[in-house]
Amino acid sequence: MRAAVLVFPGSNCDRDLAVAFRAAGFETHMVWHKDSALPEGIDVVGVPGGFSFGDYLRCGAIAAQAPIMRAVGVHAARGGYVLGVCNGFQVLCETRLLPGVLMRNAGLKFMCRQQGLVVATTDSAFTAAYTPGQRITVPIAHHDGNYAADAETLARLQGEDRIAFRYIDNPNGAMADIAGILSANRRVLGLMPHPERAMEPAQGGSDGAVLLRGLAEALVAA
Amino acid sequence: MKATVTVMLKSGVLDPQGEAVKAALGAMGFAGVQGVRQGKVIELDLAPGTTQADVTAMCEKLLANTVIESYRVEMA
Repeated sequence: MRAAVLVFPGSNCDRDLAVAFRAAGFETHMVWHKDSALPEGIDVVGVPGGFSFGDYLRCGAIAAQAPIMRAVGVHAARGGYVLGVCNGFQVLCETRLLPGVLMRNAGLKFMCRQQGLVVATTDSAFTAAYTPGQRITVPIAHHDGNYAADAETLARLQGEDRIAFRYIDNPNGAMADIAGILSANRRVLGLMPHPERAMEPAQGGSDGAVLLRGLAEALVAA
Repeated sequence: MKATVTVMLKSGVLDPQGEAVKAALGAMGFAGVQGVRQGKVIELDLAPGTTQADVTAMCEKLLANTVIESYRVEMA
């Protein structure tokens, strides 16, 4: 299994995500944003957290136009897996690989805390290792995590069971308590919480490890 | 040739920053403010031959996120 972790100027969770991928059993490659192709045989692309391009213009907007994102689009179009965490989720929304947008937190504050989540669907390789409705704790750290979409998009996400995680005690005003969503083919996941920061008890919890190990198991089984 | 692009949140989209500014103005004693919307202005210095259609394409592809934002282009 091979993972690629994208690196933009201002990414700051890229190495953590790589460590997490490796711990879950992935051979992991770092890929610079100016590259126009992914390494051969990549199963999953990780779009890391951070402040790509300083969050200038809009979070993720400039990163979404980086050369590597065209290759990520091709990878996703042919059924490849993509995991966007925090700023990575914002980038995936800006590229339109996922619908909607992450707006400024409703309380205007940067939220950094352990966050309770409900696993809203187990029908994806990312969430299959959880139990339906399982309550987990994964850290959040963001200023712009307030998920918004038009009513039609929201209805489609709910109707197609594409909400992966919901907040318990919504920290940022996100519509329908959305913390993470899936693409129509269920192979692209974007979420604001940081699973790579919940890989082992020493980090304060290991609920995030279930996501990455579950993804690894799903890929082995495929 | 210059273009001025004004990007605003669409009406109906909650603008928490505008709400915060409105609350602050109220707290300072400015009574007459019924609403505040905060947006951004982007000035483009254009090379000769760059058209309004080019600027519109820039807005659609990068300068605005049309999921939540509207934009207005003024050429001068």
